[in-house]
Formats: sequence, C-alpha cells, structure tokens
Amino acid sequence: MKELKIQKAEDRLIIKNGRVIDPANKRDEATDIVIKDGVIESIEKSDNAKSGAQVIDATGLIITPGFFDMHVHFREPGREDEETIETGSLAAAAGGFTGVACMPNTTPVVENQGIVQLVKSRQTAYCGIYPVGAVTKGLECQELAEMGDMFHAGAVAVSDDGKPVTNSNLMRRALDYCRMFDIPVISHCEDLFLSADGAMNEGALATKLGLRGIPNVAESSMAYRDAQLAALTGGRLHIAHVSCAETVEVVRQAKRRGIKITAETCPHYFILTEDAVKGYSEMTRVNPPLRGQADVQAILEGLEDGTIDCIVTDHAPHSHEEKEVEFDQAPTGMIGLETSLGLCWTHLVETGVLTPSQLVEKMSLNPRNILKIGNGSAVGSGAGLTTGGKIEIGKIADLTVFDPQSKWTVDPEEFFSKSRNTPFKGFELTGKTVMTVLNGNIIR
Amino acid sequence: MKWSKKDLLDLESLNKEEISMILDTARSFREILDRPVKKVPILRGKTVVNMFFEPSTRTSASFDMAAKRLMADTVNISPKTSAVQKGETLLDTARNLEAMKIDLVVIRHSSSGAPHFLASRIKAGVINAGDGQHAHPTQGLLDMFTIREKRGKLEGLNVLIVGDVTHSRVARSDIHGLLKMGAKVSVCGPSTLIPMGIQDLGVKVYYDLDQALAEADVVNVLRLQLERQKKGLLPSLREYSQLFCITGERLKKTKPGITVMHPGPMNRGVEIEPAVADGASSVILDQVTNGVAVRMAVLYLLTGGEGSVSEAIKKEA
Repeated sequence: MKELKIQKAEDRLIIKNGRVIDPANKRDEATDIVIKDGVIESIEKSDNAKSGAQVIDATGLIITPGFFDMHVHFREPGREDEETIETGSLAAAAGGFTGVACMPNTTPVVENQGIVQLVKSRQTAYCGIYPVGAVTKGLECQELAEMGDMFHAGAVAVSDDGKPVTNSNLMRRALDYCRMFDIPVISHCEDLFLSADGAMNEGALATKLGLRGIPNVAESSMAYRDAQLAALTGGRLHIAHVSCAETVEVVRQAKRRGIKITAETCPHYFILTEDAVKGYSEMTRVNPPLRGQADVQAILEGLEDGTIDCIVTDHAPHSHEEKEVEFDQAPTGMIGLETSLGLCWTHLVETGVLTPSQLVEKMSLNPRNILKIGNGSAVGSGAGLTTGGKIEIGKIADLTVFDPQSKWTVDPEEFFSKSRNTPFKGFELTGKTVMTVLNGNIIR
Repeated sequence: MKWSKKDLLDLESLNKEEISMILDTARSFREILDRPVKKVPILRGKTVVNMFFEPSTRTSASFDMAAKRLMADTVNISPKTSAVQKGETLLDTARNLEAMKIDLVVIRHSSSGAPHFLASRIKAGVINAGDGQHAHPTQGLLDMFTIREKRGKLEGLNVLIVGDVTHSRVARSDIHGLLKMGAKVSVCGPSTLIPMGIQDLGVKVYYDLDQALAEADVVNVLRLQLERQKKGLLPSLREYSQLFCITGERLKKTKPGITVMHPGPMNRGVEIEPAVADGASSVILDQVTNGVAVRMAVLYLLTGGEGSVSEAIKKEA
C-alpha cells in the first residue's frame, strides 16, 4: 500500500538545480530555492555547505507555486464512503495540489457559518481546504444563503454547483450581494429545461446510442444570462466547467466588454470527446457532458488565448456500487486530482497548446487570484492575501515539484482517493508529481 | 459460416452475412410453426431467463414461446416480482441468475445500453429485447424477415418509417439492418420527433407524409406514445393524426402493392387508420408470427446451434 509521508520543515532546506517556473514573477530558470523554517529565504544558486541544510537534488525537475484546484467535491459531510476531506487531501497532495476549494453540495449543504466552520475544522496537513458556500439555502433556489456570514467564516466563493441558479432574479441578487465581499459567484450553467433527462451530448452519436442529448446551448445560454447579470450588477462571475465552444465565446466576448468574468475547464473537456461514451462506459458520464471535436478545439483555443483562466478537475468521487449501473442511471462525474498534471502536461504542454509557464498560471496563480487566496498556510482565511501562487522571498514555501519526463500509466488502484471513477484508466501520460511542499513541509 | 457472437445487442454490430444467417435460419423455424406439433427439442436442457423491466406483451410472449418451442426451460422475471423492488441492482440480479447456471438472458430495459452493460459482465449470452430508445434487434430482424417474405427481397426496396423516430428503438434497428441489407430507408414525422443527426445513419428525412409515401415500397408505422403531447413535442394528437396518420386515402396515391407494417401496439386512428391496419396491405399479424421464428433462430444460434436446423432436430430427437 502506498503511503504519503510528511517530512516536517527542517531548519534549512535547499532544493537544488530545479527549473523554477513562477509566472507571476516571470521566472523560468534553473536555480536553487533555500527554505528556512518553512519560509523561502533565497531563490538563487546557493552554497550546499550552508549550516545543517538538507539538500534535495531537483535536476531535471520543475518547481512551481503549489497547484490549486478551485473545484473539487470531497463529500464530507454526508458521503464519507465516497471521499473524506482527509482522503481527498491525500489525493490532492499526490497530484501536486497544495490547496483546493470544496464545493458546497454536501449533506448537509454548506449553507451557513456553522457548516463552513465544520469543513474548515477538518483541515489536514496534506492540503489547504477552502470551503465554497452555497448561493441558495439547500441549493433549492428559493432564498439566498447567508453568504456574508459564510464569507466571514472563511468561504472563498459561493456556488450552487451541481445545480444552476435557475431563478434569474436570485442570481442577480447573489452577484450584487457578493460585491460587498468581493468574492465570485461560481455558476454551474445549465438550463434544466434544455438538459432535461439528457445523458450525453446531443447529436448524431446520441441518436445512434439512443441516449437523450444535452445541447451546447443548455450551458451557453445560461452563461450568457449570467454574463449579462454580472454586467448589470458589477459582481464577479466565474463560469464552472466550461464544456462547449459557445460558452468559450460567451466568456471571450464578456471579457472584451470588461465584464468581471472568469472561467475554468477540466482536462476531460479538452482531451475526451463524446466518442468516449460509445460502449456506454459509465465512467464517461459527466455533467456537462463530453462534447464534440469542435468543442474540444474551441476549449484548447480558449485556454491558449486566456479566455479560460483555470484548469480544475471537478473531482467528483462516486462509489463503485453507485457508478456501476446502467449509463443513464449512473451519477455524473469523475475523479481527477491524481491525473490532472499528467493529463495537462501530456495534452497541453507537450502538444504546444500552452507553455509550461501558462500551465502553471492556470493551475496555480489564476485560481488563487480569483479566490484571493494567499500563500502557504493562510488556510481558510478568505480574502485579503493576494500573494498566492507565487514563489517569493519571505513567503511560506508552498510548492509543487514534478518530473516533466516521467512516463506513467494511469492505474486507479494506486490512487489515494477513496473512489476509482475515472475514464483515464490505462492512459499513458508524461509528467508526474515528485513531491509537494506545503508550509515548508515535504509531502511525498 | 459459423455464428461467433456471444450476444445479440444491436444490428449495428452485425454484418450482412450474420443478418442473412439469422433470417435464413428463421425460415426453417417458420416452417415448423405451421406444423401440427410446433415443438422441437433443440434447446432441451438449456435455460433462458426473460428479464422484462418494462411492460411488454408481444415481445415477452414471443421470446417465451420461442424458447418453449425449442424446449428450453424458461424463467420470466418482471420488476414487480424481482428483487429489484428491494433495491437490488441489475448487475446483482444477473449475477445471481448466472450462479444458477443459465444459458441466456433476454433483457428489456428502459436504459439504453443496459444489455451492453450486462453482456460485458456475465458469461451467459445476452439478447437485447429493447433498450431505452437505442435498439430492438429482434424486431428489426422480424421486420426484415417479413419484408423479405412479402416482397421477395430487401435490396433496392424503399422502406419508409413514419412517426416518432426520436424515441423509437425499432426505427434505429430497422435503419441499421435494412441499410446493411441494401434497402433504402427514409423517415418521416414531425420535426420534433426526428432526432438530430439521423441523416448521418444514411437515411433521408421527410416532413411531408404524402411526399414520403410516393416513393415507398414498404411503410413501417411507429407507435406514437401519447404522452408526447404533454411533453410539448406535439400541439395535439388531432393535428398529428391529420399530418401523419396512414389512411386509406393516402395509400391510394402510393405505388401499388405497398406493404404496411406496425411493430405494435397500435393507436388506431392516431397513427394508422383501422381499415388500413386490418386491410389487404397490412402484414402486421404476419410480423407477430414471424417474430417467434426469428427469436427461435436467435436462441438457436446463440446457444451454439450451427448448420441445418432439420439436421439439428434429427440429432436431438
């Protein structure tokens, strides 16, 4: 059984000869990072002989600000059989993430200060946990949840993720209200009338497989609505899990108009197409569904031109029993924390879509900027710290160290997550985390 | 040629030779159905489980009868009488049945792909008796058998499918099967009931029934599920009937000798005029009879039957 061990910060640690990529400071060079008492002391070639230093040779490895996934589901409280904050944190650390934002659709829903505090109280030493509060009480789209209270308790954003805020007026109020705290409203864009009973992407393949289809416009029409509401209110809007070309265009146009909008996508939306559904593999059932080749292309372009700010996993663990059923009855979602880096490196960097530095922006700097999350151990503090996603002297060491050459085959049995629901089993990937450094402690 | 597949899940995955093999084998069984004694001991000692998780009269009776006429033991399971009521999963139900050493599972299920799900997880052969809106391969085969019986061939014929194509597994199986056998296939219905991308399967789409019927040698009328109106797919059944009901008047303008089919159950007066359903052009009851023969052929081939049926009968007798 694999194990992740935490090595407490030594008096002085030198990570030598690694390629340090820090987009915020426009740094991409082979150098040394010296960490003293968990804080970065210097970023330059250093003397090994510094008193009592532990030296890690990082030749051939890349060192970046710790990755941050702003969209995960850790199922605690309520479905600890699928994932707990602890197992989710282990999966995150194994994947190179030093922080994650947990969506509120748990049981009970994260809809008040008490439940935000409960989630925060389950913090582990493997990964920073940042709760996202609900927009509406019980995710029922009837009344606004206590967003201010949740913000003050440490919520970094609000979202009814898993469900859309169907009531346009409530969405308007949420965007307006959240301006007071300068936190984003994360929108799960889905017109439920258009997606009703749908199990996969609408089109010829759905017709052939006899599965009900979900058209792209089910997502993009709501993204457009929300962009208009963000323009009206001046609130900050973040579009979750963009899956189709039309939504990319909505975000692109909104950004051109100066609307406060950001967007994320997941590896499965730029790697897989609806063709993966052939054979009715329940692992490929996600919401929004896997789309067509033109959508994949549009998402790649959106990543390349900066329309899409972040890459998230939408890590959605499901028990084997629940997932291994008829396709249209299977719950939607797949896990992703432990495959994300390999998938992104293989399919974005090695293919030339993104430079290594751009990938680091989307996996580390941008999500922290959107959520205003600071560096290192500022766990759950919410707003205020804006230095996250950077490698700077005097700041807490919060780093991801990975081997861009390492070739590996995805084997879900080796995952730290409690769940195994991934369609990437058997995929040959390049790029693997070697260790993460959280608050100066080495996790590997 | 020897049958090589464990399961019959759809017609898309069969080639022309395999479809011909089933149709030819069915012909031998069709003859047996006209004999005074309609039983042959070909499947003696084999067990067929019919799992019908959706209401069905003709398909479930047809499969049951087909198995019994081959002298197989049959077990019939419906959702009301199965442990599915107690929360058991489809997979567990099937695994339990498999532990009882069965040979074939015939499954009807409301989820598209449910038979594929089972087939990939159990050793017994799986026959799809209708899954969601995906496939109904034995219906497609019996439709082809009936057309061939009435028209002497499939190749070159113009077959028109009319009605709710979006929700029809029969339409999809007919399309795949008929195209493989060289027929030309068109579909006609309200645009809200013609699914996106159906042209990609190789069919022509019409929205005007009279125009579509003008070319047709065979018209297969699909059942309209009456709740479609409530779901906003149709303004009214009255209007549907005006635009898409197969009437005697309409048939007067078609090619002479047109063959009228319907997989049943029929909504008389909505999709087909009673006089047409019971008229000289109709082969609807022949389809039902042929269904038993086709299912006998499928059961026979999937349990390892090969070569001439009459020799197999002699051997087993």
